[in-house]
Amino acid sequence: MGRYVLRRMLQLIPVFIGATFLIYFLVWAVPGDPFTGMCGERPCPPQFVAAMNDKYSLNDNIVIQYVKYMSALLTGDFGQTYSEQSIGELISLAAPVSLRLAVVAVVIEAVIGITAGILTGLRGRGFLDNLVLVSTLFLIAIPTFVTGFVIQIVLGFQLEILTPTVSSKATWSELIIPGFVLGSLSMAYVSRLTRASIAENRRADYMRTALAKGQPKRRIVGVHLLRNSAIPVITFLGTDIGNLMGGAIVTEGIFGIHGVGRLVFDAIIDKQGAIVTGVVVLLVLVFLLVNLFIDLMYAVLDPRIRYD
Amino acid sequence: MRRPRWLAAGAIPIAVALIISGCSSGGDEGSEDPGAGTGGDPAKNESVEVTVFGTEPERPLVPMDTSETGGGKIVDALFTGLMDYDPVSGQPREANAESFELTAPDEYTVKLKKDWTFHDGTPVTSDSYIDAWNYAAYGPNAQQHASFFAQIQGFDDVFTPDPDGVEGPQLPATPKTDKLSGLTKVSDTEFKIKFTKPHAIFKDKTGYAAFMPMPKSFFADPEAWKKNPVGNGGWKYVARVPDQELQVERYDDYKGEDKPKVKKVKFVFTDSDAAYADVKGNQLDFLDTVPPQAIAGNVWETDLPGRAKAYPVMAIQAIAFPLYDPKYSSADFRHAVSMAINREQITKTIYEGNRQPIKGYAMDKVPGYEDGACGDFCEYNPEKAKELFDKSGWTGPIQLTSNADGGHKEWIEAACGNIQEALGVECTFEPVQAFGQIRDAINARQMTQIYRSGWLADYPSVENFLNPIYRTGGSSNDNDYSNPEVDAKLAAADAAETTDEAYKLYHEAEELIAKDMPAIPLWNTPSISAWSERLTNVRLTPKRELDLSYVEVK
Amino acid sequence: MTDPTTAAAGAATDQGVSAYVTAPEHQDSGPGKPRSLWSDAWQDLRRRPLFIIAGAVILLLVVIALFPSLFTSADPNHKDLDFSRKPPSGDAWFGYDLQGRDVYARVVYGTRWTLLVGLAASLLTVLIGAFFGILAGYFGGWVDGLLSRIGEIFFGLPFVLGAIVILNLVRNAQIRGALPIVGAVVASIAVLSWPVAMRIMRSAAIAAKQQDYVKAARALGASSSRIIFKHMLPNCLAPVLVYGTIALGAFIGAEATLSFLGIGLRDPAVSWGVMISDARNYVRVAPHMLLFPAGFLTATVLAFVMLGDAVREALDPKLR
Repeated sequence: MGRYVLRRMLQLIPVFIGATFLIYFLVWAVPGDPFTGMCGERPCPPQFVAAMNDKYSLNDNIVIQYVKYMSALLTGDFGQTYSEQSIGELISLAAPVSLRLAVVAVVIEAVIGITAGILTGLRGRGFLDNLVLVSTLFLIAIPTFVTGFVIQIVLGFQLEILTPTVSSKATWSELIIPGFVLGSLSMAYVSRLTRASIAENRRADYMRTALAKGQPKRRIVGVHLLRNSAIPVITFLGTDIGNLMGGAIVTEGIFGIHGVGRLVFDAIIDKQGAIVTGVVVLLVLVFLLVNLFIDLMYAVLDPRIRYD
Repeated sequence: MRRPRWLAAGAIPIAVALIISGCSSGGDEGSEDPGAGTGGDPAKNESVEVTVFGTEPERPLVPMDTSETGGGKIVDALFTGLMDYDPVSGQPREANAESFELTAPDEYTVKLKKDWTFHDGTPVTSDSYIDAWNYAAYGPNAQQHASFFAQIQGFDDVFTPDPDGVEGPQLPATPKTDKLSGLTKVSDTEFKIKFTKPHAIFKDKTGYAAFMPMPKSFFADPEAWKKNPVGNGGWKYVARVPDQELQVERYDDYKGEDKPKVKKVKFVFTDSDAAYADVKGNQLDFLDTVPPQAIAGNVWETDLPGRAKAYPVMAIQAIAFPLYDPKYSSADFRHAVSMAINREQITKTIYEGNRQPIKGYAMDKVPGYEDGACGDFCEYNPEKAKELFDKSGWTGPIQLTSNADGGHKEWIEAACGNIQEALGVECTFEPVQAFGQIRDAINARQMTQIYRSGWLADYPSVENFLNPIYRTGGSSNDNDYSNPEVDAKLAAADAAETTDEAYKLYHEAEELIAKDMPAIPLWNTPSISAWSERLTNVRLTPKRELDLSYVEVK
Repeated sequence: MTDPTTAAAGAATDQGVSAYVTAPEHQDSGPGKPRSLWSDAWQDLRRRPLFIIAGAVILLLVVIALFPSLFTSADPNHKDLDFSRKPPSGDAWFGYDLQGRDVYARVVYGTRWTLLVGLAASLLTVLIGAFFGILAGYFGGWVDGLLSRIGEIFFGLPFVLGAIVILNLVRNAQIRGALPIVGAVVASIAVLSWPVAMRIMRSAAIAAKQQDYVKAARALGASSSRIIFKHMLPNCLAPVLVYGTIALGAFIGAEATLSFLGIGLRDPAVSWGVMISDARNYVRVAPHMLLFPAGFLTATVLAFVMLGDAVREALDPKLR
């Protein structure tokens, strides 16, 4: 197990380098100069544009820029924004908010999705099963920005049941509604995945044996069935944390959440490559570590899986 | 976004916006003006922190290097210049200057008020101004506002032009000196400004961020200053959380007339849709421009009764032709496009009547402006438009461009619809992601499409709407429009003996410009502001900001 | 993109007694005709109501996409501000949008681009992902390591960033017309989603590699490419296909999101995403502008997902 972990950690490095270079290159490839638009309806003085380009190394070729950036990164310096704010500070403020939002979303989708999946997986065809099926299909079908917007307008503005936006503190309770919106699509997948997995394992030999042995239903389902059905579900939940952290741009915008999604989007438009890469570095790390953790969990859940 | 939806109010780069808010004069119009009040609660003024919508400054808060609204708002709170602008009439008036006299046709003498200090206690002296202006004008310092000092003697020695533009590899030569010869210190509270040619209007400009004084601590260590900005205005910097908020506090030793009543203000950086929801729910105290979703169906009136109001802003919306592209050389074509657009219909349907069409090249509340110089060319007349269009021999589709954010998509598409209907040619809206891309193409004179252009005045005068844009070589003459007749008329107006004569000549200049129609004026752009229930004495300053010295908490 | 299935997920459902009585072996498919996985699946699908309904809906949408003029005579791009935001009426079943365009006509003409984006993006993603996945699964070793790591690099890429860059490349080339933009949207979606398809195919290939028929083929001297394309591919395709149909719904939503963010299709090309994005500021005063395209979008995604469900259930070898 140890050697497997070590091998995976080593493989992190080339992926890391590849991902960050790709990002840096893509932001560099976005057309336009980031400084010419800063002076309103007047053209900026050429000295200003030249000095700024020089200060942020934008005149160097892309490889040199990347190397400069990475060497600073390895010492913990994420660089400065064009308004000379510390990017490290920006990310350290936004990342926990996005992480909280993603965790809330994953918890909601796990609880609701798995419960629905278990209930329908056990029962098989029936009214409840079809109801869950159809409602999950709806959640997959409607884009997040529509659900988010409608919820905000209907519940927030018209009926005034909820506060339509999230404050800058972004406490756990404020993030419940945005988390629900963000996780609604995944919730549908989780329930279908659980349902499929449970339905398949339900007729396995060890289940029949346990039943024949007269074990109580709760134990059969809770210990044997769930544990074996969990693998695809937790795989998905694990990848979802990473996805939700990075992909919550729309939800963050609608509810006014100061998370990394919004930070990255603004930075892409403003061509602040350092911010985008900094955030992606974080996301890639989160993603890879979570994946590794999930893979290790496989061994815990299913003793037939072994790593050498 | 700060681009699409939530970008609508974001770093919209503008120069100073001036308002003549004839309506919100407080006091006698109490019941009609939602912002007026009978004063606040002094105890609450001290304890409550007023939250104001803002956008994250794009640059560190050095006044000479700040031209967008986000930073401009903060700079305006932290600094007070030689002059400032009356919050009601927009007229310039002395602020830090005791007197600002024209002692020779090409020279001003400034006497400063005594006892003014920076937030760190050091005195505001002539050196504070002279050093700051030299710093701004000196080319290698790369300050955005360098060109504002172009009329002062000695400018060419401190600022050398780039011989081949930004794109070219050649760098500007190092200037001979870093001090403007036209600035001479007489004493700690008196200095003289000499210009290369008479430039009386300079006095009125000095309320703008470019001309602020700077403390000695800035020149000693600019980086340290940027972390803890020190100014001489009614508010002093307290703290900031990047991309979220910035706090300021009343400077109790402030000697200016506009000393604030409220003690604590926090600028909150968020997106305008979220801000609107917050104002509605009284979580945010002031929002200067409500987002498009609030304008749709004028729901802002029913959402926020008694705490929202439309304030005129000294700006106009227009679309401009890249005259250097030979496609657009026919004046008939340009007139045709202008007459094909139904301004009344667009302002009524897209803007719910919150904009008014303009038939001239400046905005209706500016001193000296009289609407109608454009005449028939700005009247909706599809038949005549088609006639002129056919005469011009234009081929191919018509394309309008703008940055995708800022809420422009709707009106540009509507204008395109009008054009397509009237002229029978395909018209499409081709947005680009970032405003910078538009600016790039304009600066490089490579624009091939009709582009959105607007103008926000630096100071309340019709002159400011014409000279920078339509004079040959004007600082914002982006499409290289050049008409010697217009130049002559503008020069005559500049040199006119009386203001009335000047205004008449400016009007005639507008008529000449309309005959060429380098740009099509469309409508004005008032701003609907909204505030929470606990604010009173609300009004917008000439810079489209909450008047922080007047507002109180009730 | 999220990963809705893994190699372990079959869609086993309890069909009750009927599964034993009408098991496929007892069906007569004609004298001498070889039975294959596909014909079995087709027989099964034909009898499922879910499949029939979904199939009918999709067929209707395809017809609308190909022949929009059959369904409406109005011009989807004709603007007339006098009709701005008028609600549904006898003349315009879905009302008018902000610019005074007929919403029904726009929905009808928008079907083409919406469907095209969804189908093309899914097809491309499946092709690329399946190709790399089967190579990685079959060869294993360093090939697998390399391809998997490349896939992981793309995982970290924000979808929006890739989309902006690719779309800007097309814009700057000043190519006219909607097709290049649609192509760019499809390309950006495919480039960013293929790792998921690859992972699915890879796990199916790994499982299939252990099967006896592969070992037998190798023993008989078949070349690698023959084994891959003739033997493994047909058997591994099922989970990827199913992912494709479900992902199609997500991709249509992705195009809508790009329009919402301002970087997708624009005038005069119309898609439901563009319509929804334009309507968002007017939900409180003219909800019909949003509801109709959103409804169609939902129904389309529903249909494809139901199709995917039915196909997966039919292809699941555990029922055989």
